[in-house]
Amino acid sequence: MDEKVNLKIDNLSVSVDTGTTILEAARKINIRIPTLCHHEDLCVAGNCRVCVVEESGMGRLQPACAIPVSEGMEIHTNSMKVRNARKQIIELLISEHRAECTTCYKNGKCELQALSNEYIVGESGFLPLVPLKGYTIDEFSPSIIKDDSKCIRCQRCVRTCDQLQSVGALTVAHKGGEMKISTFFDKPIYEVVCTNCGQCVNRCPTGALTEKTYINEVWNAIDNPEKFVVVQTAPAVRIALGEALDMEPGEIVTGKMVAALRRMGFNAVLDTDWSADLTIIEEGNELLQRLKRVLKDKEPGVKIPMTTSCSPGWIKFIEHTFPDFLEHLSTAKSPQQMFGALAKTFYAGKIGVEPSNMVSVSVMPCTAKKFEANRPEMRASGYQDVDFVVTTRELAMMIKQAGIDFRSLPDDDYDTIMGESTGASVIFGATGGVMEAALRTVYEVVTGREIPFDGLNIMPVRGMENVREASLKIENPLPEWDFLDGVEVKTCVAHGLSNAKKVMEQVKNGEADYHFIEIMACPGGCLGGGGQPLPTSPEIRKKRAEAIYREDAGKKIRKSHENPEIIQVYEEFLVEPLGHKSHELLHTTYTPRNRY
Amino acid sequence: MKKGLKRLDLIFKNEHDCDVILKKSLNRSNEELVEDLISSGLKGRGGAGFPTGLKWKLTAEAPGDEKYVICNADEGEPGTFKDREILSSVPHKVLTGMAICGRIVGAQRGFIYLRGEYKFLIPELQKAINDFHELTDKMKLPFRVEIFTGAGAYICGEESALFESMEGHRGEPRNKPPYPTDAGYRNRPTVINNVETLAHTYSILKYGPEKFRDLGVKDSRGSKVFSVSGDTPIPGIYELEFGMTLQKFVDDFGDGDAKAVQVGGAAGFCVPRKKFDKTVIGYQGKLTGISLPTGGSMMIFNSSRSMYNVLHNYLDFFVEESCGQCTPCRVGTQQLLLGIEAVKRGDKSSQYLEKLLELAETMRVTAKCGLGQSVANSFSSIVENFREEMIY
Amino acid sequence: MPHTGEYIKKLAERHGRRLESLLPILENVYEDHHIIPEDAMVEIARELDVSAAKVYGTATFYSFLETSKGGKYVIRVCKTITCMMHGKNQIIKELEELLKINLGETTPDGLFTLKETNCLGQCHRGPAMLINDTPYTELTPSKVRDIINEYRLIAQKSAS
Ligand SMILES: Cc1cc2nc3c(=O)[nH]c(=O)nc-3n(C[C@H](O)[C@H](O)[C@H](O)COP(=O)(O)O)c2cc1C
Ligand code: SF4
Ligand code: SF4
Ligand code: SF4
Ligand code: SF4
Ligand code: FES
Ligand code: FES
Repeated sequence: MDEKVNLKIDNLSVSVDTGTTILEAARKINIRIPTLCHHEDLCVAGNCRVCVVEESGMGRLQPACAIPVSEGMEIHTNSMKVRNARKQIIELLISEHRAECTTCYKNGKCELQALSNEYIVGESGFLPLVPLKGYTIDEFSPSIIKDDSKCIRCQRCVRTCDQLQSVGALTVAHKGGEMKISTFFDKPIYEVVCTNCGQCVNRCPTGALTEKTYINEVWNAIDNPEKFVVVQTAPAVRIALGEALDMEPGEIVTGKMVAALRRMGFNAVLDTDWSADLTIIEEGNELLQRLKRVLKDKEPGVKIPMTTSCSPGWIKFIEHTFPDFLEHLSTAKSPQQMFGALAKTFYAGKIGVEPSNMVSVSVMPCTAKKFEANRPEMRASGYQDVDFVVTTRELAMMIKQAGIDFRSLPDDDYDTIMGESTGASVIFGATGGVMEAALRTVYEVVTGREIPFDGLNIMPVRGMENVREASLKIENPLPEWDFLDGVEVKTCVAHGLSNAKKVMEQVKNGEADYHFIEIMACPGGCLGGGGQPLPTSPEIRKKRAEAIYREDAGKKIRKSHENPEIIQVYEEFLVEPLGHKSHELLHTTYTPRNRY
Repeated sequence: MKKGLKRLDLIFKNEHDCDVILKKSLNRSNEELVEDLISSGLKGRGGAGFPTGLKWKLTAEAPGDEKYVICNADEGEPGTFKDREILSSVPHKVLTGMAICGRIVGAQRGFIYLRGEYKFLIPELQKAINDFHELTDKMKLPFRVEIFTGAGAYICGEESALFESMEGHRGEPRNKPPYPTDAGYRNRPTVINNVETLAHTYSILKYGPEKFRDLGVKDSRGSKVFSVSGDTPIPGIYELEFGMTLQKFVDDFGDGDAKAVQVGGAAGFCVPRKKFDKTVIGYQGKLTGISLPTGGSMMIFNSSRSMYNVLHNYLDFFVEESCGQCTPCRVGTQQLLLGIEAVKRGDKSSQYLEKLLELAETMRVTAKCGLGQSVANSFSSIVENFREEMIY
Repeated sequence: MPHTGEYIKKLAERHGRRLESLLPILENVYEDHHIIPEDAMVEIARELDVSAAKVYGTATFYSFLETSKGGKYVIRVCKTITCMMHGKNQIIKELEELLKINLGETTPDGLFTLKETNCLGQCHRGPAMLINDTPYTELTPSKVRDIINEYRLIAQKSAS
């Protein structure tokens, strides 16, 4: 519709498309209307009512987020009536809320706090409802804490889990004064279908849903002189960490982050990017093996399409939702867990540290990684391979606690070995990145030639489309791969679990003729992970993605198989991709779980 | 019985000429039928008093591959029980209204959303529906009516909550716009009318719009079925003409000691004795001053009643029956309840009542649906008129 | 519930497998068992292809769809305004004494559950109550005794 609607907001004229909401129209002319239940990634709810505005000629106030503009409308966002109503609504929310900001995990990053700050409510508020409520805190999950006493019932989390993720772990239960956010029968989050993706955490405006933090555990390890503490940093952390430290979205802070980690006292600062390159080698070879067994050897029972396995939210999702399709998953562990398994074996040996004295910490954009590190399968080294996972947000908090002035830090380099990386691993942080990295390597393994894309940039798999498809025709392969001659390798990329579900439904119904599918649980891939700095929006995620591709383009080495430290680990330790050692340390199994 | 207000029997008159009415109406054009309804002045008997003819017209004009007619029989407003009586004694009138509505708007399916508390009506009602289907089949009128039962949630009487409920969700009211005439049940154009509204359409179809229009006063035409309860020697259901003063009503129905009448249920207004003769019963308009929010409930309180207890009971009801989704209503109802308790106990000074009155006003202008918006009706009218009783 | 899977499957066949069938199915389960247990909700979720949490969230919205076991006869006494005015407290007291339970409880023999509810639409004949789906109005303590005795007799007969 290209019809324009003209209206006035606070006496300023604005002309917008039909269907625009009052809120969007106001933003267009830089009038800020406060919101709580509204979120750009989600459908309109219109339930918190803090966005109410006055429309001339109407007795009732209108929720700006939910009402479309109409011709000739006159809106007042700052009338006495609006201010009074808004203030009372904030007072009501606070009366129902355990407002103990000083001890709250969300202190300083809370939307309710920010709003009440603007409307300084004072002592004249309503009667406290909290003592009557019997609120509970669910702390059982290794990833997520749900504190009902901090919930303002905006339902952002429920909409996230339902619409964005198609998981449906959360729901609204009961009604009236008893209404609350709940799981099935109010069980601990740990016991239900939650994937630990943390997308609800990213969208919760308050401290009601937060990640379980391991900050203290990590400081304790650092302070313990007996312990050798290694830290790995995931690809998507370096392009987002700055946001939590007063920098703009899209700034790349790799060098500063390494410097900060070193100052904080980690004994070795290493890179998950390195093990991402390793993942490409293992997973790429696994893909080729599967194609060979299916296309050439015609082995029955070998499953294609093969799907990626580095997103632990996706793993738990498929285990719950498509338990009969686990054989489609690549058996390759995620880069975090490959790193962990090698840290306490290969690396410990190399530097002469007892693995029992090593503490392995990872910094991840992800809350599901906390669960992944706790999986019983992830003890290949004989110890828990990754001891503690902290998110990008937690790292930012630790940097602040350490008194480090992040912006003024000089750039520093990762330690070695397990610190060198390529452009291929950097792009793991964006949706489509694993696919692109894998294709760069796989194509070259099969044909002996570089992938025929300008500057190695495989544009069709990039972007933020929900589901993207790309195919690549193999011509003149090396003799070993002659069965692939003329084969059109079909790939598919999906991000966000609702898109993952759509793709898997196709696989289930036999409608998908893909060979390889990349799935990331979070919107935008890891750059939009559940542990990333707040807030999140399509705009911010776009900037992070741009930063990732900038980092890739700036790397000397762009292909995983050319990473010298990867070549070295095969020579010194692993011997060969998919070999005995790999099998033991770098591959895993999956567990069917209940759908309900 | 003393002489007083004239009892009417348009609705409850035992008429069994559906076939005739249907045939007669089906032979007329949709435009003529809608015109009759509009000129009759019939307004909704269940909610905001929207003109019924206009509602049907808008739905008829709205684009949609399928449309629906829904009879709202969720009657949950405290003090309201007339829809139950209509459905059990003259269901065929309601069904006829639905079928004609279906023809006009282009709907082939109708539903009766029956509250769970009225399940005991189902056998008889289903029989009436089956008989009616025989009739429509004979006339080759493709219209089928199903019963959908609620399960104990007052808010499901709110039209958009009702659609949500029928679609398998929690009964949480939707944002408006869109309105049901454009996007109701299954997001398709839907006519939703109260039981009584539909029963009135039968009389209008049968006797013509003039007869209906001659009853009542400006803005409030026709007769209205009242549910009379409380301190009255003759509780029950009465069909009366719109436009009487509350004084006349109390003279007829009170026990001689009425100190207040709650007009329109818990969501309605409390009128104290001193305003009885200035209060005209009808829709909001020049003559009446107050509106009649829901289905004509009249609860009479005599001087032995504590208005604090009455308000407490209402607020208790709202705290439980609010859907809970929007802040002003979910938290506001709890604050009002706890607030009057605190004032009564002396934990809060009587000035706190002012803050509560302000809160009620905020709820009126910010709540998402009619429930939260109308809590202020009873709250403010009781607190303002019976302030002493709130404190001591 | 034994054979929950088959039972729910049958209900799904009867009512349909669209989300629109959720309420009718839940009501049917409650009618049959006076409880909507966890395993039934799981099976309903499976049949309708929705999340279990969704089924739970919907069920708990409706006060008649209870997730704890109610007796064979669930008594719901109206506590709303006119019934309150006309002595519902007395009725509840009488019932509590008769059944030797408190409001919200079920008799040890599993026969009666005593609850309060909101307006039943019988206000002109208050105090009123429902026993399962049947309304009883213009209650007095002695009328309540007769009603309960009648139900006890029915229960005895059906037991022997
Ligand atoms: C909280 C609430 C409860 C309602 N309950 C009922 C009801 O039980 N029956 C009814 O007919 N309308 C009820 N309504 C009004 C409906 O939303 C709707 O306006 C009405 O059914 C339209 O029919 P009418 O135009 O024939 O009155 C309720 C509205 C609100 C806000
Ligand atoms: S959630 Fe926000 S408002 Fe509540 S205690 Fe925490 S910081 Fe304060
Ligand atoms: S972490 Fe993800 S799956 Fe779990 S409740 Fe939150 S959004 Fe749902
Ligand atoms: S948990 Fe957070 S996102 Fe969910 S309703 Fe509560 S405040 Fe909103
Ligand atoms: S006003 Fe009350 S009933 Fe209506 S939507 Fe808000 S919380 Fe629900
Ligand atoms: S932001 Fe508009 S109602 Fe919540
Ligand atoms: S108040 Fe008890 S039935 Fe209405």
